Amino acid sequence: MNYQVTIGLEMHCELKSNSKVFSKSRNTFSGTPNDNVTPPDMAFPGTLPMVNHKCVRDAIKMALVLNCDIPAFMSFDRKNYYYPDLPKGYQITQFYNPVGTNGNIDILVDDKVVNIKIHDIHLEEDAASLDHYVDTSVIDYNRAGVPLLELVTEPCIHSSADAVAFLEHMRSTYKYCDVSEGDTKKGEIRCDVNVSLSKDDTLGTKVEIKNVNSFGAVRDVIEYEIKRQSALLDAGRENEIEQETRRWDEETKKTIRMRSKADAIDYKYFPDPNIPPYVITEEEINDIKKTIPILPIARKKIYEEKYGLSSYDAKVIIKEKSVSDFFEECLKLDIPAKLASNWLTTTILGKINELDIPLEEFYLKPEYLKQIIEASTSGVISSKQAKEIFNKAVEEKKEPKTYLKENRQISDENELHNLIKTILDNNRDQVKAYKNGKTNLFDYFVGQVMKETKGKANPNLTKEILTKLLKEI
Amino acid sequence: MSYMDKSLTEIHEALFSKKVTSKELIKESLEKAHELESSCNAFVSILDNASEKEVTDDLLSGIPYGIKDNYATKDILTTASSNTLNNYIPFYNATAINNLNKHNVVGIAKTAMDEFGMGGVGITPHTGIVKNPWDLTRTPGGSSCGSAASVAAGVYPYALGSDTGDSIRKPAAYCGIVGYKPTYGMISRFGLFPFASSLDHCGVLTRNVYDAGIVVNAMKGQDVNDMTSWDSSNIDLVKDIDSDIKGKKVCYIKEICDVSNYPHASSELKEHLANFNKTLDILKNLGVQVDEVSVDRELLDKIASVYVVISCAEATSNMSNLTGISFGPRSTEKKDVFKMMKEHRTKGFSPLIKRRFVIGSYVLQKENQERYFRNAARVRRLIVEAWKDLFKTYDAVILPVGSGPAPLIKDCVDHVSNDENTILEEHLQVGNFGGFPSITIPNGFINNLPVGVNLTSNIYNDIVLLNIAKRLEDAMPYQNQIAKGGLK
Repeated sequence: MNYQVTIGLEMHCELKSNSKVFSKSRNTFSGTPNDNVTPPDMAFPGTLPMVNHKCVRDAIKMALVLNCDIPAFMSFDRKNYYYPDLPKGYQITQFYNPVGTNGNIDILVDDKVVNIKIHDIHLEEDAASLDHYVDTSVIDYNRAGVPLLELVTEPCIHSSADAVAFLEHMRSTYKYCDVSEGDTKKGEIRCDVNVSLSKDDTLGTKVEIKNVNSFGAVRDVIEYEIKRQSALLDAGRENEIEQETRRWDEETKKTIRMRSKADAIDYKYFPDPNIPPYVITEEEINDIKKTIPILPIARKKIYEEKYGLSSYDAKVIIKEKSVSDFFEECLKLDIPAKLASNWLTTTILGKINELDIPLEEFYLKPEYLKQIIEASTSGVISSKQAKEIFNKAVEEKKEPKTYLKENRQISDENELHNLIKTILDNNRDQVKAYKNGKTNLFDYFVGQVMKETKGKANPNLTKEILTKLLKEI
Repeated sequence: MSYMDKSLTEIHEALFSKKVTSKELIKESLEKAHELESSCNAFVSILDNASEKEVTDDLLSGIPYGIKDNYATKDILTTASSNTLNNYIPFYNATAINNLNKHNVVGIAKTAMDEFGMGGVGITPHTGIVKNPWDLTRTPGGSSCGSAASVAAGVYPYALGSDTGDSIRKPAAYCGIVGYKPTYGMISRFGLFPFASSLDHCGVLTRNVYDAGIVVNAMKGQDVNDMTSWDSSNIDLVKDIDSDIKGKKVCYIKEICDVSNYPHASSELKEHLANFNKTLDILKNLGVQVDEVSVDRELLDKIASVYVVISCAEATSNMSNLTGISFGPRSTEKKDVFKMMKEHRTKGFSPLIKRRFVIGSYVLQKENQERYFRNAARVRRLIVEAWKDLFKTYDAVILPVGSGPAPLIKDCVDHVSNDENTILEEHLQVGNFGGFPSITIPNGFINNLPVGVNLTSNIYNDIVLLNIAKRLEDAMPYQNQIAKGGLK
């Protein structure tokens, strides 16, 4: 039987910042354990939190993007529990007055607009990371105090595809807003997934799956839970679906029970007395609004309506901000939109995929692409040559124009005329045969011209002159 | 000739005129510290390697002082008198210490305290019970017990204290000295081991009001490391300390001060309240308008429980970092990290603290939080508003400290008291609820034991508070008195 699936997501995303959210330690990825640590990160006695203003502003920015209600003031609360990766014995988070509540955002799922409701978004700190060995465990405090933005959706998502689309959309939006790198490989995004099944519109029993660390795993978790819970419901064993917390086991591709609701931890949330409430003024909100760029869905609409791109191409371009920015840079350089789009969506994305680098690190900037495109459209080079120059420029990291001279197409009518005349003079037998009806020899003559010019002769012009000269003979 | 029993001004004059050197002062102070340690048990560490500092025209330069052991001192053992930190050596200074160091001060000792500031009678330090130098069978009060005892005995002219409920101002009274905590946030709490962050204040114990102003002038200042600190650079606490106080208005609360509130009053309490009235007369003679006011008795009766709920709740969270994992003595348990934390805490904390943690956890629990913690926060606000109402008319509220002189150590038990004297014992906590500047000065003797009176003003009104306290002190004969029982 098919059941109504309802999914809620909690998405934790590390923010970009120079320093950590409550201390002066650097917030950079470091391969050396315990490299980015100051006394507050390890909760040495007497140390106090200092709220990072930049992180607060980024949190407000995202609350605005998510169309949240922004409170007149926000505050920070302590979530109390003991765990070896939690130095203070509490996490500073926002429970009572988060930066944004009651929001919503449109996302695209297969060209269909889906509105996702946001329960709240709040700023908090990450815990340290633990590594376990055979008989010992070690703590790396580099991650302790790294700023995290957690957004919590309402239970309003009904398929794994929508869930993953939402997460992809949010990751892209974070990157568009320049608040996060959004790199799941570095663990910068982590999710908790709630799944419930029901026979009707009432919500079924909620099962929470914690610490799902990739979007693929989110999809797998949801599909697995739908299967698991459906089987129980089909068998009339709905009482075995408990309100519980489970975890995803990547090896077995199964969710495993951690604890039931009855054993849930009481986090004893209360306001952190060391951090005065943060007043959010109208002025600050307006200030932050100015820093929000045009977001993907709006860009897609512009690309389609103003620049005539196909919905598919527009979607490919907006998926990553770097790609979209590259495209817009091309437009600024007066590269025709469709040409820019074609080059970008096929050749360039293919190339960076092949090189396995982000677009930001790609050598061929829009201004260089322009050199190739201009040479190609004006007929100076063939489209085949354009590809060759592109590859060479990327490989040797040299401006395309350095290759244009040696690859210049012969489009001079006189020059070609003389050249073709000579070739025909040297192939009298073939010309005679052609005249006697062996018309497929035309391609032979073209081939001879290309051979003579090492392929640089403008093919259209060559055919034109050949036809004319052969007629005259 | 001894100097450590003199005022800062006198010591400074002797230093500046080269009658004595910083080195000689250190020697005198260290000798007295060792002597007091054997009689009163006042210290966690005596810093025998203390070195002299250059004497400048700064009143504090070259002069020894004591530091309560909950101020982080770089490279110096700092335990908060707890076994959970009995080997802990910070690698940073509290901001207040850094600020003082700019004045060429000389730290002589880390003073014993009730464990993490929790406790009011000096019986919980891991180094043992601290005794009152006026009478070794009595408590010096707590939690700044070691600081109060050593200043009273004349080991040095001042010692740092901290005050969450009355931890500076009550021991000051029991030891016949001055205890001052300025407005919340005037001194950074960075590096002060927390008890209850919204109530914790840094402050000082001295033998006269002027010295208290001098020391806090040096400790204070906005600190990027403490978001609750504020800029007081325009405030000089001693500049106008001798101004005329004629026309100032001070009030006392009938429900606290009137002897008729205490049908079972001991002779000591009666004497204490009578003595308080004499102090009011002195104020009146100085031209101060002294009025009796009323505060809702029901509100006053809630002070103690509000304090217990809020302070225990914050404490249980604040001290969750004490797991013995990255600092403090490691548990012998090796296999299970949760057992390791549990063993560290079970062995490290005294029963009194554990009881407070249980209370703190209980009032924060989801099902209890509204009824206890949230309500306590609301009543706290009502109490603060009642005091702020008084400050609309009055420059300060004046009240007796405690219900008499220091109790006998053998009678000291930590309990949530509920007898008719409770309000007398607990009203100083209002100063912490509101972050009000508050100062205790000695105002007499009962059975040869000192008693004190407290003045509390509105936030940011420290200058006026010290001014009134100084003029009142000048009109009484208890300035710079020394307890003779601790040293030979």
